[in-house]
Amino acid sequence: MNNANGLSRKHILSVLVDNQPGVLSRVTGLFSGRGFNIDSLCVSETLDPLVSRITLTAEGDMAVLEQIKKQLNKLINVIKVWDFTDKEFVQRESALVKIRAKGEDRAEILRNADIFHATVVDVASETYTLEVTGDEGKICAFIKLLKPFGIKEIARTGPVALARDRK
Amino acid sequence: MVILTGQVPTRLIGNDAFQEVDIVGITRPCTKHNYLVSKVDDLGRVLKEAFHLARSGRPGPVLVDIPKDVTQAETSYEPSGELLLRSYNPTYEPNQRQLSKALTLLQESKRPMILSGGGVLLSGASEELRAFARRLRVPVASTLMGLGAFPGSDGLWLGMIGMHGTFRANQASGNCDLLIAAGVRFDDRVTGKVEEFAPSAKIVHIDIDPTSIRKNIAVEVPIVGDCRITFARLNKLTEEMGITVAPDERLPWLAIIAEWKASKPLRYEQSETIKPQFVVERLYHLTGGEAIVTTEVGQNQMWAAQYYCFDRPNSFITSGGLGCMGFGLPAAIGAQIAHPERLVVDIAGDGSIQMNIQELAAAVQYGLPVKVAILNNRYLGMVRQWQELFYDRCYSCTNMEHAPDFVKLAEAYGALGLRASRPEEVDEVIKRALEFNGPVLMDFMVEREECVYPMVPAGRPITEMLLV
Repeated sequence: MNNANGLSRKHILSVLVDNQPGVLSRVTGLFSGRGFNIDSLCVSETLDPLVSRITLTAEGDMAVLEQIKKQLNKLINVIKVWDFTDKEFVQRESALVKIRAKGEDRAEILRNADIFHATVVDVASETYTLEVTGDEGKICAFIKLLKPFGIKEIARTGPVALARDRK
Repeated sequence: MVILTGQVPTRLIGNDAFQEVDIVGITRPCTKHNYLVSKVDDLGRVLKEAFHLARSGRPGPVLVDIPKDVTQAETSYEPSGELLLRSYNPTYEPNQRQLSKALTLLQESKRPMILSGGGVLLSGASEELRAFARRLRVPVASTLMGLGAFPGSDGLWLGMIGMHGTFRANQASGNCDLLIAAGVRFDDRVTGKVEEFAPSAKIVHIDIDPTSIRKNIAVEVPIVGDCRITFARLNKLTEEMGITVAPDERLPWLAIIAEWKASKPLRYEQSETIKPQFVVERLYHLTGGEAIVTTEVGQNQMWAAQYYCFDRPNSFITSGGLGCMGFGLPAAIGAQIAHPERLVVDIAGDGSIQMNIQELAAAVQYGLPVKVAILNNRYLGMVRQWQELFYDRCYSCTNMEHAPDFVKLAEAYGALGLRASRPEEVDEVIKRALEFNGPVLMDFMVEREECVYPMVPAGRPITEMLLV
């Protein structure tokens, strides 16, 4: 399809689905079946235990995303799909960062953590494990800042998001 | 279609048990929905949902996998009442504003055409489509899957569109200023090069499946809805708005189409050997066009689509989008079971028929008088055609000179086998087959290197056709 929206960009989709085995596989199968990579994926139960929310980020042009949204809606187990692209929404991501921390670095790392409102969740003689929460930009900035100290491991949740309500 | 499959007992699932297959996982991409029933108490609800899903919205196959212990368990059955599918709610009723827009476009149009697809048949919209097209004198082309929805003998009929479509249908799509497409998904075999499909047309697209709309083709007026309801609403609106077509208003457009038809009709050269097109034509005449025709996949399928004139809906059963060889005989058996009183003919190739020829045993066992007509060119003909046209006649793995003797094979199954090797024997063979009350396999030894024409090379605009 020829279209003016050929630009590839990042999209955050929020998908409410039936909380049943195999549903996640149906959703991810839609992406893999069309050759698209999912950058991040977050699934959890909602207030209604029969319903889960999937938050996923993926890259693609508008035409491709349109098609994927339609295909998602077509899945029997999908209840609702939101695309937060160009919408008002809040997003948060968490990361656990295990970092080498020896001698003078230990104090310096804590000072940096403080600026980012990160908390220490585990302390060992030669490492700290820090927890930080924020939007994607903040997480990336934090990781960039800590890199010189020597990051041993990172676990990131990927974003979760909700639409903003009218004030 | 609802498919029930047997699974290993629940306690063995995931253990790589004997003959265990994750059938729900395997069939996920090729079913509309599927289920694994792990508790017998769920069975009633699941089966009810399965039949509902398979038949409603855009129909599709639903698979229900039932472990052995569930099939053997006992439970008390309670009718489950209302279905609770909060996430499944197909749109049947079209948007009124879009309908008006479509009709406005039609009023402005000088060269309109309708493209009718499988969705028109699935929704049972033939009557409504015919009324709409005839009232507003709009010529109708069809996809392979839509054949029969509009009568092949009607004056407004353009024929099949696409790679092996008629010259006039393809030219009409290239020259029309309005294309009303109903129940189609604009498959690449229909559009050819998408960028040059219907270049001067505004497109109205009616489909119950929103994913079909704007998937391959940009459209002016998208209408999500059931084809039958949509055409019924359009007919009503046409009446209310008092839209009529003056007798001579369409004349210039219909004259151009008539000229295309006269100058470049479907045609083939008669010769000393049997032409496959001739067999299909004779089948049409000798069955009075009354048969339910199923096909295998390949050249046989295209010749059946081109030369059997379908006047009635649901009379042509073929594997279109997926193109599954071996489809025709089992489909014929199914059609015969559903319609014991009707004549069912499988138009087959010698390659495809061998994919499921063992089903002849079922036809004999259950006394199903299906007639199989093999257009036997001892090639996988369609692939050979591509190898001839696009691969410099480098025939690779398409020659089937050592196919079995189909007459003897038919007899071995307990069916009647008949053969025609010369054109003058064709009628006799068909007549004997039609008179025989039981399954018959007709072996027509046809011209070996006959090609299906017209043809649009893959990736080319469909107005650029190779003709005979």
